[in-house]
Amino acid sequence: MTIKTPFTTEAAEKLRIGQRVLLNGKIYTGRDAAHKKLVELLENGEELPIELKDQIIYYVGPSPAKPDNVIGSAGPTTSGRMDIYAPKLMAQGLKGMIGKGKRTPEVIKAMKQTKAVYFAAVGGAAALISKRIKSCKIVAYPELGPEAIRELEVEDFPVIVVNDSLGGDLYEEGLKIYGAK
Amino acid sequence: MKVVRVDQIIEEVARMCQEANYNLGQDVIDAFKNAYEAEQSVTGKDILQQLIENAQIAKNESVPMCQDTGFSVFFVELGQEVHVEGGGLEDAINEGVRKGYQEGYLRKSIVGHPLERQNTGDNTPAVIHIRVVPGDKLKITVAPKGGGSENMSAIKMLKPAQGVEGVKDFVVETVKEAGPNPCPPIIVGVGIGGTFEKAALLAKEALLRPVGEPSSDPYAADLEQELLELVNKLGIGPQGLGGKTTALAVHVNTHPAHIASLPVAVNINCHASRHKEIEF
Repeated sequence: MTIKTPFTTEAAEKLRIGQRVLLNGKIYTGRDAAHKKLVELLENGEELPIELKDQIIYYVGPSPAKPDNVIGSAGPTTSGRMDIYAPKLMAQGLKGMIGKGKRTPEVIKAMKQTKAVYFAAVGGAAALISKRIKSCKIVAYPELGPEAIRELEVEDFPVIVVNDSLGGDLYEEGLKIYGAK
Repeated sequence: MKVVRVDQIIEEVARMCQEANYNLGQDVIDAFKNAYEAEQSVTGKDILQQLIENAQIAKNESVPMCQDTGFSVFFVELGQEVHVEGGGLEDAINEGVRKGYQEGYLRKSIVGHPLERQNTGDNTPAVIHIRVVPGDKLKITVAPKGGGSENMSAIKMLKPAQGVEGVKDFVVETVKEAGPNPCPPIIVGVGIGGTFEKAALLAKEALLRPVGEPSSDPYAADLEQELLELVNKLGIGPQGLGGKTTALAVHVNTHPAHIASLPVAVNINCHASRHKEIEF
């Protein structure tokens, strides 16, 4: 299945856990330090450097780009570190998150409430994933280096739906199917 | 007395940091292929296929296989008849890391203070373990260690009465708790015995062995096999999305222990089990 961004509530509601999706269009990057800054701005009632409505954030800290490449290797980082911030961003209209690893019950609950979706990209498949990134520009916090917020243009970026807008959790389902009885 | 100049060490360390991050060992790739054949989950098979392709792209294009190019961890065996000329050995290793990470477009992931968290900008300082050994050889091994899997590692001081069952429970529990976070399929390094810090070092050293090569100690080798079966029964699977391949291997290293102690450390490595070595 293919999805073109912006990622609307209607599109998010159609997805179910286990589906393999190819993303196309613009997505943002952001990880620990950038999330901290975004949430501090919200708490101070200030404007964010990016509009989050119907957007997708990819938790990644890419390696530096070689001279002829748009980006370095760019696989997902562990999402759990963003869990304390994620519900506040979903409340701003963030519809999708891409990372690896489990989310807390609070994040899953917020996804249900705001109709958002969590996708897993293959952790460590960073050279392969970078091939699907067609452009990259820093849009906020350049001083954070690999943690700066970047706007990426992606083409057929491969992800798997792990948590859907109904509260489903592929990590739990996988264990049920393949775990020892 | 053999003389090794620091500029040689700097050059070789810089090269090894890059090669370790670009070229996944054939032992790991073969383990992916075997796991692909055995895996029942369609998603799991797809992921293993992506990992094989990813390793190929990284090698062909000389780019890092993972964006997390790791904490540079070094194991050095310094022959007592070796003279390092032109500067300090640790300084030379750090200079090599600085050069390798800059010139190789590797990500700099080290913050200078664990709480102030300002990036040092050059991936130094490295963590360096030096052992002085007989002879006139200098052997340097680098093992870039990713944060995702390192964070899922654990150590526990068991009571001797808990014995091997206690060890098995702790290893399985640690892998279960880690779930998808350390990028399965993982390689599990287990250190049993010694002291608190020795157990952790044993676990990390166990990761340096070629994937799936059994321990030379028959007791440890049997335990490795049993632990591998136990963790793969968990069903975590590739990337934690369900499947039979949670770990590619479990490696156990042991050391004599105090009569009162049974330390156990579990150091988890992601599927990018990277290391390179050189001998001067």
